[in-house]
Amino acid sequence: MSHAIIELKDIDYAFPNRDNALNGLNFHLHHGEKLGLFGPNGAGKTTMLHILMGLIKPQRGEVVLFGKTMQDGASFDEARLKIGFLFQHSDDQLFCPTVLDDVAFGPLNQGFGKDEARQKATEALKQVGLSGFEDRVPYRLSGGEKKLVALATVLAMKPEVLVLDEPTTGLSPEAKVRLIEILHGLDMARLVVSHDPDFLSATTDRLRAMRDGSIRPGELKPHTHTHVHEEGDVPHQH
Amino acid sequence: MALEEPFASGDSLIHHIDPRIRLLCAVALTLPTALLKTFDPALTALGAGLLFIVLARLPLAIVCKRLFVVNFFIVFLWLFIPFSTPGTAAHSFGPLTATNEGIALASLITIKSNAIILSLMALMGTIAIQDLGPAMQQLKIPNKLCHILLFTYRYIFVIHQEYTTMRQAMSARGFAPKTDKHTYRTYAWLVGMLLVKSWDRAERVHGAMRCRGFKGRFYTLAQFTTSPKDYIFLAGCLMLACGTIYIEIIHRGLS
Repeated sequence: MSHAIIELKDIDYAFPNRDNALNGLNFHLHHGEKLGLFGPNGAGKTTMLHILMGLIKPQRGEVVLFGKTMQDGASFDEARLKIGFLFQHSDDQLFCPTVLDDVAFGPLNQGFGKDEARQKATEALKQVGLSGFEDRVPYRLSGGEKKLVALATVLAMKPEVLVLDEPTTGLSPEAKVRLIEILHGLDMARLVVSHDPDFLSATTDRLRAMRDGSIRPGELKPHTHTHVHEEGDVPHQH
Repeated sequence: MALEEPFASGDSLIHHIDPRIRLLCAVALTLPTALLKTFDPALTALGAGLLFIVLARLPLAIVCKRLFVVNFFIVFLWLFIPFSTPGTAAHSFGPLTATNEGIALASLITIKSNAIILSLMALMGTIAIQDLGPAMQQLKIPNKLCHILLFTYRYIFVIHQEYTTMRQAMSARGFAPKTDKHTYRTYAWLVGMLLVKSWDRAERVHGAMRCRGFKGRFYTLAQFTTSPKDYIFLAGCLMLACGTIYIEIIHRGLS
């Protein structure tokens, strides 16, 4: 197997005055891999993602991104540009007065000129099916549209890997289907963290489980449960 | 709900002036106005303000509504200043005596405030918020001020939403505001919680920005172009500002 894009070694992390959120966590993601991470609330999923993005610093352990050990803020600065991180709440991610400004924010930070940044932003919006949304105001969009704009903001930076934190939070069923379709069109490596098994099996090839601050050994095998909804008596697919 | 910008969407002479020039003109006109101490230049500034409103073709109903808000506060000045300024007596209301000097001072403040508000509405109010940030940045106004403006604009709506949610949750548990200790304490907690939540959100937003390569400097897509028309407008405003200062100096001397 090729070398890992993301590697976490023996990570310990504790919030002040609380038990460890992460306990000796080990994790790796390789090129081309589409991995799902499933776990209940409070298992430490978001904490793990914030550590791998360098937003918080673990008390113990090592973060290796693209083969390089992350020492300090500066080394993360470079690696972050290649990881497209989609936050759980789009309102945290979108802050510009217009959609176009927001999507162009990343490319401008990468050092592209105005025209190039504008072009990359327009392309990314097209990729998520939101052409024509350039001059809209992000906070007046619906939850699903906000999520797609947020996805466009990371796609515009042409990342080598996508990291999605609970991408289905607050999405309508239609918006969820649309997000799945868009993800099917992207072939970069991805890590999807969620407690929604249907979404995980639709968007990833392999599933791992997380519990009590570490990743359980072995893969999860999806199996069927009875479930209930309106179209239950008609043959259908999920 | 969001911040409305009823003035930003017009199509007048003023709306077509480069936002940076409008910003400069607004500063050049309002700063001297605030420092005036005599009537003639203050009235000149008021006339200029009215002229800009007409040039910008702003909806008069909204202009009046905003003027009303400002003048509502000025009414309070009229309750105190005429009676508290020493000078020759003009009118007596029972034990209270209004002085000529006091009435003059209150009138001057009223004229100056209205002049400033009119100019700001016409010159700054007509700049769309997405242009105001970049315009400030290109005029080399400190980055921190530009950032504060941008983020206030973006998140005041989100914070208001959080306030509404908490307020509804309070009502759902039977809270009705009264003039008592319980109400004051509850409101204090509400405000405290809003601060905590805003802080947390600020942390998350900053994290999200760092993930997209933010290192403290904003780049912008906005491109402004100035035409000769813009410079003529700027020159006109500067002459107006100088004129006001000149009249002030004639009346007051250079003291």
